[in-house]
Amino acid sequence: MKSIHKKLIFLTSLLLSTTLQANDLSGKIGLEGRYFLDDPAYTGQKSGGLSLSLQPEYKHKWNNDHNVLSFIPFYRKDSKDPERTHGDIRQLDLTMAKGDWEFQGGISKVFWGVTESQHLVDIINQTDGVEGVDGEDKLGQPMFRMSRIHDNGTLNVYILPYFRERTFVGANGRFRGSLPVDTHDVSYESSKKDKHIDYAARLNHTFDKLDVGLSYFDGTSRTPQLTPNLASGVLKQHYPLVRQAGLDLQYTGEAWLWKLETIHRDTKAENHSAAVGGFEYSLPSLGSTGADLGLLAEYHRDSRGYALNAPLQNDLFLGARLGLNDTEGTEFLAGTFIDLDDQSKVFRVEGSRRIGKGVKLNIEAQKLIDIDNNNPLRNVEKDSFVQIELQKYF
Amino acid sequence: MIKIMTKSILPIVMSLLAVNAIAETAEQKGLRIAKEADAQNIGFGDTTADMMMTLRNRAGQTSTRKIRSKVLEVRGDGDKSLSLFDSPADVKGTSMLTFSHGLRANDQWLYLPTLKRVKRINSRNKSGPFMGSEFAFEDLGSQEVEQYTYKYLRLEPCGNGWTCHVGERIPAYKYSGYSKQISWMDTKGYRLVKSEFYDRKGSKMKTLVFSGYQQFLGRYWRPGVMNMQNHLTGKSTVLQWSNYKFRTGLSKRDFNKNALSR
Repeated sequence: MKSIHKKLIFLTSLLLSTTLQANDLSGKIGLEGRYFLDDPAYTGQKSGGLSLSLQPEYKHKWNNDHNVLSFIPFYRKDSKDPERTHGDIRQLDLTMAKGDWEFQGGISKVFWGVTESQHLVDIINQTDGVEGVDGEDKLGQPMFRMSRIHDNGTLNVYILPYFRERTFVGANGRFRGSLPVDTHDVSYESSKKDKHIDYAARLNHTFDKLDVGLSYFDGTSRTPQLTPNLASGVLKQHYPLVRQAGLDLQYTGEAWLWKLETIHRDTKAENHSAAVGGFEYSLPSLGSTGADLGLLAEYHRDSRGYALNAPLQNDLFLGARLGLNDTEGTEFLAGTFIDLDDQSKVFRVEGSRRIGKGVKLNIEAQKLIDIDNNNPLRNVEKDSFVQIELQKYF
Repeated sequence: MIKIMTKSILPIVMSLLAVNAIAETAEQKGLRIAKEADAQNIGFGDTTADMMMTLRNRAGQTSTRKIRSKVLEVRGDGDKSLSLFDSPADVKGTSMLTFSHGLRANDQWLYLPTLKRVKRINSRNKSGPFMGSEFAFEDLGSQEVEQYTYKYLRLEPCGNGWTCHVGERIPAYKYSGYSKQISWMDTKGYRLVKSEFYDRKGSKMKTLVFSGYQQFLGRYWRPGVMNMQNHLTGKSTVLQWSNYKFRTGLSKRDFNKNALSR
């Protein structure tokens, strides 16, 4: 713990003393518009709307890129849902590499895993639940990391001294059940509440074409249990303590990528296992255009069966990734989740393209099809949407 | 990516002292010169450089990319390289780590800063364009002798008062976008002057012209400008290299997944 404090003091003094260099500053402003295909299911919910986001970035590297100081604040103003209007420090940290060691302290983000349609082993950062529907947006996590680097792999050890609660859309927001989540009614299994110190470790190793990751997490679950408070008509959150062991594997062939992620998770109330695995197959370049196409298939399994937090209990994801490899960097990813138990389907498409200097166009759409009455996605059945975002980079 | 300048696009060079050349077949001579050109680059240790890429379409509109490059020489195997993307702005912070291995497929990892994700990628589409440019991934990767079969063609003057070996090389890689390449390399410094790329159907597709050579550490030649013209599309891409540094003290610890994501 002492070293964390030392690091933080050092980081603060560095922040104050480092002279800002123009080329270290960058960032983006985004204007996002959402349109919902159906009328809302629950009272209070709004139809589409506009949203503005700002994410500046300061990154300073020195000593042959061995030392890095980063600061990435984030703010979003949403026209419809006050809960989606929020700010966060995505990153404010210092990384130092020395020989076989690397140290990182501050607020940061860590990604674990290999699969595309679900990130099972990834657990360090809390999901920023108001940002996107795919769960890939994360809140900054205070941490201290120590890494020991070997020739073909790394052992990372993390100490996570503070817990971040998940963000949830408000009563006006879409992508929720009939009862909104109360962001103030929060309880913890640990008596230390959000001051509980979590620990995590991940070992990754490359054996020629095989990349293996073994991970372990011991701390407060990032996923709350939601229980209705019928008196006030909201869901309250309870964060249990959890231990999670994870394994991720990727075999990289010339045209085939084979991927697997699997976890076992223990809490006081329940134990469960889950897995996702599949492949990505790259087709040869299409004609003389230089475009490339990849086909994806991933199978999902969760021992809990139907559960609010586990809609992927016996599901198949089939998708395609198209990269035009043009000057504008045009890319598409489209795919469908199919529930093999009840045939509920979710179709998703994401695309992006540069338009003009420093401007990027992102599109995202999701359509829920034939959702079964018992499927947890029934809650959000009316939330099929199309989203267009313009990002200006500076 | 830097090594390309001296070793690559068609290391066909001849030793003027080669008395036994008479007995050589064109194939043997081509291979021998490729090995000699490769040997010229041994011992550079490590290099860093900045690259500015200017893409020009048929209408003359341009767009640019900026990439910083680090290369570590690996004896007995292909080099390790790290490319850090500074522009276009939406890919700033993206980086790519490549371990090349001659005929075996390269190991390659991509770092995506938004997700903080390190992703191992495959190398099937080496023939695809690099960032929308007229350079393919295979043009910019580390070039190893065993990746091609060679054939010596002729000796001819090639500007600057230089004399060049002209030779042909055929990619051994089955997914290459080329049926053959023809290159001009100067006989004294093993500097590539020009390379012509022929597509799978055998038509001349692209021409790459090298200029602005500088010599480093009294031995290693590196070009300042590489101009690639696509004859089929009318598009072109110019690479301008600057800030070359040699033996900067990089080690294998600067070429791993952690360094990639810093």
